[in-house]
Amino acid sequence: FRGRTDDSEDVKLRFATCQSLWNQMKLETEQVQEDLNKQLFDNLVSFLRRSHSESQEKATEWTCQMKTREIPTAALVLGVNVTDHDLTFRSLSEVLQNSVTPYIALLEAKDCPGIKNLMQKLIGQLMNCYVDVDSFEDEDYVQVSQNRIRCSMTSLINWYGSVTKKTDSETPSKKRTSSSRHWQSPPVVVVFKDMESFTTRVLQDFIVISSQHIHELPLVLIFGIATSPMIIHNLLPHSVSSLLCIELFQSLSCKEHLSTIIDKLLLTAHFPFKLGEKVLQVLINIFLYHDFSVQNFIKGFQLCIVEHFYSQPLSVLCCQLVDAKKRVNSLSHSQCENIRRLPSFRRYVESQVSEKQIALLTADGFLKEVIQKLLEDLHVYHANYMPVLRCLHIFTSSLPKYPLGKQIRELHCACLENRVWETEEYESSLQLARMLNKSDLVTMLQQCVEILMSSSGKEFDKTVEKLKEFLTQFQKLEGEAFQERDVSVSSQKELQKKTDLYHLQKSLLELKESRRSKKLTKFEVLRFELVDYIDSLVRNYLVPADHKTLHEIMYFNTASVLREHLNAAPRIALHTALNNPYCYLENQALKSDGGSISNKAPDICIVYKLHLECGRLINLSDWLEAFSTVVTGAEGPNADAASSDQVDDVIHARFIRAVSELELLGFIKPSKQKADHVARLTWGGC
Amino acid sequence: MSGSGAALEVRFVPDEEVLKLIADDAGAKVRKDKTQLADSAKRFVKKLENISDEEAQEILEEKNYVAALGICARGSMGNGSGVSGGEVYSFQTPKRSSKMAELASELAQTPGQSVEPGHSECPEKTGKTPQNSKHSSSNKVQQRSKKKEAVSATPYRLRKRLPVPDLYLESESEYSASCSEEEDEEDQQEVNTVSSGQKTPAKTKASCMPPPRNTLARKNKKDKMSNLVEEYFEAHSSSKVHTSDRMLQKLRKRRLDQQTLHDLLKKAPLAYAAEIKDLNQQHESLFSKWMLQLHLGFNIVLYGLGSKRDLLEKFRTSVLQDSVHLVVNGYFPSITVRSILNSITEEVLDHIGTFRSPLDQLEFIIKNFREDSSLELYVLIHNLDSQMLRGERSQQILAQLSSLPSIYLIASIDHINAPLMWDQAKLSLYNWLWYETTTFKPYVEETSYENSLLVQQSGSLALSSLTHVLRSLTSNARGIFRLLAQYQLENKDNPSYPGLSFQDFYQQCREAFLVNSDLTLRAQLTEFRDHKLIRTKRGADGVEYLLIPIDDSTLTDFLEKEDEDI
Repeated sequence: FRGRTDDSEDVKLRFATCQSLWNQMKLETEQVQEDLNKQLFDNLVSFLRRSHSESQEKATEWTCQMKTREIPTAALVLGVNVTDHDLTFRSLSEVLQNSVTPYIALLEAKDCPGIKNLMQKLIGQLMNCYVDVDSFEDEDYVQVSQNRIRCSMTSLINWYGSVTKKTDSETPSKKRTSSSRHWQSPPVVVVFKDMESFTTRVLQDFIVISSQHIHELPLVLIFGIATSPMIIHNLLPHSVSSLLCIELFQSLSCKEHLSTIIDKLLLTAHFPFKLGEKVLQVLINIFLYHDFSVQNFIKGFQLCIVEHFYSQPLSVLCCQLVDAKKRVNSLSHSQCENIRRLPSFRRYVESQVSEKQIALLTADGFLKEVIQKLLEDLHVYHANYMPVLRCLHIFTSSLPKYPLGKQIRELHCACLENRVWETEEYESSLQLARMLNKSDLVTMLQQCVEILMSSSGKEFDKTVEKLKEFLTQFQKLEGEAFQERDVSVSSQKELQKKTDLYHLQKSLLELKESRRSKKLTKFEVLRFELVDYIDSLVRNYLVPADHKTLHEIMYFNTASVLREHLNAAPRIALHTALNNPYCYLENQALKSDGGSISNKAPDICIVYKLHLECGRLINLSDWLEAFSTVVTGAEGPNADAASSDQVDDVIHARFIRAVSELELLGFIKPSKQKADHVARLTWGGC
Repeated sequence: MSGSGAALEVRFVPDEEVLKLIADDAGAKVRKDKTQLADSAKRFVKKLENISDEEAQEILEEKNYVAALGICARGSMGNGSGVSGGEVYSFQTPKRSSKMAELASELAQTPGQSVEPGHSECPEKTGKTPQNSKHSSSNKVQQRSKKKEAVSATPYRLRKRLPVPDLYLESESEYSASCSEEEDEEDQQEVNTVSSGQKTPAKTKASCMPPPRNTLARKNKKDKMSNLVEEYFEAHSSSKVHTSDRMLQKLRKRRLDQQTLHDLLKKAPLAYAAEIKDLNQQHESLFSKWMLQLHLGFNIVLYGLGSKRDLLEKFRTSVLQDSVHLVVNGYFPSITVRSILNSITEEVLDHIGTFRSPLDQLEFIIKNFREDSSLELYVLIHNLDSQMLRGERSQQILAQLSSLPSIYLIASIDHINAPLMWDQAKLSLYNWLWYETTTFKPYVEETSYENSLLVQQSGSLALSSLTHVLRSLTSNARGIFRLLAQYQLENKDNPSYPGLSFQDFYQQCREAFLVNSDLTLRAQLTEFRDHKLIRTKRGADGVEYLLIPIDDSTLTDFLEKEDEDI
């Protein structure tokens, strides 16, 4: 795209990389979403089939007549992250369309202020479905029906009857495929996307009306619920809710969703692009404290990618290793200079011997070789980092109080932030790990081995062996443990034999002594060894990324940009602009100490400052006077008495402008309570 | 009065010269102060607006003026209501007291200010103000009364100070002397405000009721207890708000219409033009980034103080020249979502025809844009948060529009509460990226349509339209309108005047031989209503009331003019 203006030449390449990377990630997230929803959708589909078939069977039995007044209803509890629901519903309707019924209507509260609108919308959507199914039915029929549908249940039923009949009789050859896919008379599914925001009346009416017609029209309702299933009973009176046959479905919580997404996107070596610690923190915080929306998280992530590729010219190299190596060879001189300017690379250069330093700083060819090597290192580091991180997580996640966090993302953040083994939390978690019991340890070890086996890193062969060794040793211990117990039991017996006080005391002391000295049973020794080994692994592999050379290429670390664009604070910006214009207009005259502003500030700032001193109502003439005093004070002595009239007019005009600007900004509004007064709309400092 | 004012001025000038001498040494701060003094002098000449020199001295920067305003409001409360509850006090006073502290610290910091002109003047003034107060009507007093308190207190201080003046001539010694001086003043002021009741001489009592002592004590106790939240509710619980009763009209300033306002503002140079330009250049460097992000499916919203119109215009002319774009002036008072949608369907999609509802239209647009991927549209909205667009439904429609991948929206918001327009669902549709673009540019265009704007401009506009419309009507219709206008003016002092009920109106019109049946009157009224000359309102008893939604002064002007015509 033409957007990038920086000097580098491989802009296009960078953009292409960015796009392809983003597309990959998007696919991945969609995949994740689909997988996560699969379970839920399967349940729903089976429910729909069941409800439908039941109603068909029961329709014949008279005894069930009463019961069939009930509309089968699925209550779908989706959680508070409303923004994600849309996607869920879209895929849901897709799934249903493919497997159960072509007749789906998605209704949103904002489209349906009344029952009439609701019916209109519903019928419109259903008719359109119908058009979709066999698109070359006579257009006239559809046109006419669309225009003059008397939006009532009867017309809907007529339509349904005609449609199902048509599929049966008229186009048997064409319909065979679809009818094999769908049921003989597929149910009509009505989805209420946001049940809470529907007006009660509309819902009630709709339910009551449709329950009258449930025989002719196999209707199934799906309620999308953001809060809790109780809301159905809160919204609908008993007489109405008794017409529903509700089954509850719970979607996956958004937190789990997020964890899987982070797992798939960040904690893999597949994607070269990584998030820095602060950035990740910001994104997670927005998620946890603002919206719980996975969608927004992904959006933020996308912004990170774009921002990274936009601002970092070296991000050309942020791609798969093979490509990166090729690209390194074709780097231009200016790009080489860019690399030399990277702080992490400078550190690297400084650690080299002097001849090499010179070579690195002058010869592009040599530099490129080194870069290739360094990139390779970086990739290896990532490949090793992830499995070890997971292993560590397995250990720490089962510790009481979770000193290093419950979720792997917290651990990840901790590791990115600084050397994790230097933190207090790590210390305490090792302490705790030294007290784990055996069965836990064994299961953990097994999990670790699995993780390390599945990872592709070659270096882990030894580690795996070592861990397996630990495992077998633990298992061996099982046998020895019995013996040990025997020993202790015998000592107990000895203890009981001694009857006189002196001996008892002595033996107890001995026992105590022995406990202290050879307290370490074999198991404990082994446990210590294991923990130490894990510790060494951590020290080896979980080095924070910003200690690595060339990490700038892959890590996006400017959290401030992200926060600015995603989680902006317009009020604060306004407030600082009004209170401290020096922040923006860097003029010495505006510089002030403390909370005050000088009287040379822009008009609006002065007017704002003055208005802060007033109560609910502000007298305009007082205000004007104060303003003109301040302004004339600022303007200097030349404003002498003779020309005061003229000056006053200008000041008056400036005052009017400033006040109307404040009105536009929403600080004041005209008030009718008193002549020439305005009402203040804010409270306190801002 | 004016004579004495002139005398005052004569005396004043030398002081200024003295000041100038001092200013050379003491630097900018003093100069500032001096100008304030000059200003106060000017006031004396002009309106005898007796801001006491005491105050003028105390007010070193506008901060102090600010404090003075605070005092005004507070003083007025004590005086105006008489029955004023402690709650109102506790709302105002904490602010005041903290201000005082701030002021004190500020004063301690500021190098010596020249105070001597005050001394030369105070005697006269204190002599004069009582007369002044006798002239002023009692409802005018509030702010002044405060000032008078200060003034009336001055003799005490004067006596204390009079020996000092010689000191001031030597600028060296000025520092220490005036510093202590300021503190003196500070104390003095405190005394003034806290126990003004005791100190105010009997002369001012005519106009202001000194607050009884016990309320003050109560107030002080309350100061400590009350926190911000309580203050808020207390301040808003009392329906009465006390401010001074001064009116703009009393300033005898002619009301400015839009044109003169504009001209005057042109004369006033824009402060800090260079810095503002720098700031804007910073923002302009972001244009390419915006383009990129727009194309990636984000929409951009600009916030921050200052008009962002020029910035967006610049963006449009520099980047969007060759692409299809739509500029929406949200601040325009008659803009609606429908007109936005219409311009999209008509101008961009070349579709002629109408739609039943905006939703239909939206659907049509969405369908078109979905089907034809070559269609691209940039939408620039100035003031997305304007009166007309901030409604829930309009925002919903705009959000849906902006969520289309081939519609790129870039908008600006100004209102402090603008982000409250959007809930989570809308935010995700909008997919905003926020950019802070504080420009400090005056909102020239944006505010020019605001019709409430301090009523200064609305008068002439309304009047001209009124006469214009009425001229095209029959004489009977004019008579009907006159009747209503007169009736409204007769009742202008009644704040709960609901309007003239239809039945009464009909009766009056019949008596004046203006209409012959209830139907003709109704037809006439419908015509008025179409021209927005009257408004009807149903009262609690179901009776229809008629009102002319024009302020009284305009209406009076109108009637006078009509009389001339006849």
